[in-house]
This record gives sequence, C-alpha cells and structure tokens, in this order.
Amino acid sequence: MLDKVLFYFFAGLAVVSAVLVVTRRNAVHSAIFLVTALLATAGIFLQLRAEFLFAVQIILYVGGIMVLFIFVIMLVNLDVALHQVQFNRQWLLALVLAAVLGAQLAFALWPGRSALAFPEARVAQLEPNTERLGQTLFRSYMLPFEIASILLLVAMIGAVVMAKRKV
Amino acid sequence: MNALINFFRPHLLPLLYALVIVLVLPLIAGYVVLLERKVMADMQARLGPMRVGPHGLLQPIADALKLLIKEDIIPESADLWIFWLAPVLSVTAAMLAMSALPFGPAFQIADLNIGLLFILGISSMGIYGIVLGGWASNSNYSLLGALRSSAQLVSYETAAGMALVSGLLLAGTLSMRRIVEVQSEQGVWFIFLAPVGYFVYVVASIAETNRAPFDLPEAESELVAGYMTEYSGFRWALYFLAEYANMIVVAAIATTVFLGGWLRPFSGVRALDFLDYLPPLLMLLVGAYCFLRAPRQPAKVQKGFLAAVGLLCFGLAGILGLALLPPAAAFKPGIHGGFWFLLKVFFYIYVFMWLRFTFPRYRFDQLMKLGWHFMIPVAIVNVMGIGLALVLHRQFGWGLAPALVVTTAGTLLAAGYLAYVGQQRQSAFVGDT
Repeated sequence: MLDKVLFYFFAGLAVVSAVLVVTRRNAVHSAIFLVTALLATAGIFLQLRAEFLFAVQIILYVGGIMVLFIFVIMLVNLDVALHQVQFNRQWLLALVLAAVLGAQLAFALWPGRSALAFPEARVAQLEPNTERLGQTLFRSYMLPFEIASILLLVAMIGAVVMAKRKV
Repeated sequence: MNALINFFRPHLLPLLYALVIVLVLPLIAGYVVLLERKVMADMQARLGPMRVGPHGLLQPIADALKLLIKEDIIPESADLWIFWLAPVLSVTAAMLAMSALPFGPAFQIADLNIGLLFILGISSMGIYGIVLGGWASNSNYSLLGALRSSAQLVSYETAAGMALVSGLLLAGTLSMRRIVEVQSEQGVWFIFLAPVGYFVYVVASIAETNRAPFDLPEAESELVAGYMTEYSGFRWALYFLAEYANMIVVAAIATTVFLGGWLRPFSGVRALDFLDYLPPLLMLLVGAYCFLRAPRQPAKVQKGFLAAVGLLCFGLAGILGLALLPPAAAFKPGIHGGFWFLLKVFFYIYVFMWLRFTFPRYRFDQLMKLGWHFMIPVAIVNVMGIGLALVLHRQFGWGLAPALVVTTAGTLLAAGYLAYVGQQRQSAFVGDT
C-alpha cells in the first residue's frame, strides 16, 4: 500500500516536473524543475530498494551535473534569450508525434500487460545492494568497467585540451 | 486503528529525535556563533559580547529576536519564488543530512546502510540554496559570490570525498554506526591509520563550509556579503543557520569516520576506565564555577541566569554520574557516547575558529590551485596508498601498521613533490611578470 502511494507520488512528481522543464521560458526555472524530476527519479529508486542508485543519482546528477548546468545558465545572458522569438511552438507537429510515440509504446506494452501489476517487494530477502554492486562491477565485469572509465578519462582529457590551447 | 499504531510504533523514537534536532539546532547554532565571537575576542585580546546576560550568554537570544522582527527586504527585480525558496533549501539540506548522523550509540534517527553516501549527497544539495539565492537576488555581488561558492564547493567536494574514501576502505562499510563499531573492534581511531586523509578532509571541509581562510564567496572586502548580500532579517538568519548546521554536519562526519565517533579515548583499555569519571567531574567543575561567579554579577537577572546555568551543569553531571552506577549500565553507552561525540564535534569546530582567526584569506586562484593541484592529487594518492597497505596486509601477510607506515610515507613524499612543483611554478610565474 505504502509502496504504491510512494511510487505514484514520485512518478507523478517526475512527470509533472518534466513537463514544466520544457514549458518554462526561464532557463533557470527549467533547470530547477529538472532537479525536481531527477530527485523524484531518485525517490523511485529508493522505493524499489535500490539505495545505492538513489545515492549515486543524487550525488552525481543533482549534486554535480545540475550544479554545472545552472552554473553555465547563469553565465549566459538570459534576458536576451527571453526576448528572442521562440521557435518551439509547433503544437500540431508535437501532438502528432506524441500520439504516434504513445501508440507505439502502448503497442509494445500490450502483450506484456499481465506483468504490469505492482510487484511485492520482499524486504527481508533483499540484501544491501552496495556490496553486491561493487562485487559485480569489480569481479565479474572488471574489464568492461575499466574500459568505460578509460573512455570517460579520454573524454575529460580531450575537453581540457580543447578548452585550454595554451598550457 | 491498531494496525496504524503498530505501523507507527517503530517510527516513534526517530520522530522524537528528529523533533529534538529541529528544535535544538537553532539554539546550538546561536551558541556556536557566541562561542565564535568569544574565541575571536580572546585571540584578539578583547572581551567580546558582554552586555546581554552574564558574559554575553544571552546574546544569541537577543540576536535571534532582532533578526525575527527586522524588516524583510526583497529587491524589486528579484525572482520572487526562487528568492523565497533558496534559504529554505539550504536549511532543509543541512537538517536532512543530520538524520543519518550517529550522535551516540542510541541517538541516531536512522542507521542507513548507505549512511555516508546519503549524507554527502544530501549536503551537496545545499549548494542550490547558495547558487539560486545569489542568482535570484539580481545583484552582481550576489551572483559573483554564488558562482565562486559553487566553483569552490564542486572542487573541494572531490577532495573531501576522496579523503573519506580512505576511511571507508579501512572500515569496509558505509553505515555510520558500523564505521564507529569497526573502530571500536580494531581498537584504534582511523585518524591514526589515515592521517593524510584526515588532514585533507579538514582542509576540504573548511572550504566546503565557506569559512576563512577559504571564505571567498563572502569576502567582505570584494563582494560585500557574497550570495547573501540582498538578504535580510529572517531569510538571512536561515542562511546563517544553514551555514552553522553544515559546520556541525562536517564536524560530525569527521568525528565519525576519523575520530572514533562516540568512543571514549582508549575505550578498549581496561586500565584507563577511570576516564569514565571525567565527563561528570568536568560538568561538576563548570557548574561550581558558575555558582562561584554568580554573586559577583552586577544585576539580579544576571545572577539568576548564571545560577541557572550552574544548575543545568549540575543536572548534566548528575545524569552522567548516575549513568556510571551499575543499575543504569544499560544507559551508560548512550549518555556517555553522546557526551564524547559532542565534545569531539565541538573540538573540531573550535579548530575551525582557530584557523579562521589565525590565517589570512586566500586569493581565488590560489584557492583553486590548492584544490586541484595539491589537495585532490594528494587525496587520490592517499586512497591508493591505503588500498595498497590493505592488500599488503590481507594478501601478503604484512602487519597493518608497518604497511600503513610505508604507504603513508610514500603519500607524504608525493605530497612534498607536489608542493615543490607548485612552488617552482609559482616562482616561474612571478619571474615572468
């Protein structure tokens, strides 16, 4: 019961704030609603007993990436952007596309509709997943994990080199 | 109805704790401010606040009242909603982080198995209060302060996180309670196993709480008051509360991870059990001193107040002493644990003040250079060193102590090299211009 309430609360919050992200004209307001959407997603992770994902979602997306987003938004001149002609008011096209996408989703979900019922999370059987995640990443998937981290490192160094020509 | 009661029963105690924290925190923050002013006065050979109450003991109450009834000014072109939201966000994040802190073996709202990650994540959200407040004020000083603050926080969060990882490696758990228990089982505080990590955390936590010598976001000589320039009255008080709550949070994290949490010094040594008598004796002494000074106060109110403080100390001494008696053995860890934890937290905060009044402020580029060129590399080398020591200990059968001595020496060498390179670069830079 409580699980359901929490799920619908966080899911609703995520959807509403996601809609607000694209409808606000002020970029800072959009960024704030994006933060809310990310937090609501973190709440859903927590409701699914994935506490490590919850913490990582908050630390990485909310505490790291979005701060940089807002940082950049503040540095650009918002007033100019506010008074420019918006080119994203294309209701008809958007509606058609959304309807097509919705139909596709419904078509894909329809065969598996019996699995949509709310699952019962058996709290006693869930183990702390931080340790599980660590062991999986560093034992079974060591190589892919390291390759992914090297990829990120390359991107990082690339960004530094591109941004700073003269060292 | 019964089901409802059964549902809420396990949450009753945590709710009570949360209530206590929310109610007591503003008071504690106020008195930390008073302590800070007194310490500052002492270091500058002055008396500090003396007017309100004996030795200024009622000053925080007066300040709070003043702030509450002050006019609430909102700049005309401010973004109203965000201007309202920002200080609240700051306070909420700081208070939420407290929910996972173990103030003693008994006094903890929730022992999460991701405890430390939760605290780090939640307290990193406090930055939104600063950034949004600075932006919503629509003032250049505020915006600059907010930008400086966010750059500083993002930079030093990495160093702080890496420093904490060295403690986590030794503990092998994220749960705040387990971290202290592991220190109790091993019979040593992690500050002695990972001194470099502790040092990096102290520096990074000062930078994260925006305090001198890293208080650039609110450098008075350049930015008026930084992100809170346009705030006044109650909202300003909220920012202040958040700042001091954050100080308590970082002090509590350092206490838990590196200073043995609620453990008494030498808690494993039977021969030193007489240290248990220290807390009640200390309280007794403070109370007696208050009573001794009470008749010499000028006004009747002040006499009464000081006597009341003395009584409070006697009461605390009584509670701490009674907990030592055999019938109350069940309560002893909770009560004495709380005492030691708070003592360590306040010692940490005292060190903050000490540094604040004895160091000149850094320049912003120096701050960034220190963070990125020194603190973060040292923290990373330290994590690798601790990891290496643990491998040597577990896989190759070295003793933990010699392995840690070797790797810490290596870390210090690397730190020395980094400092030397930084010095060279600095002098080359000076030579250029």
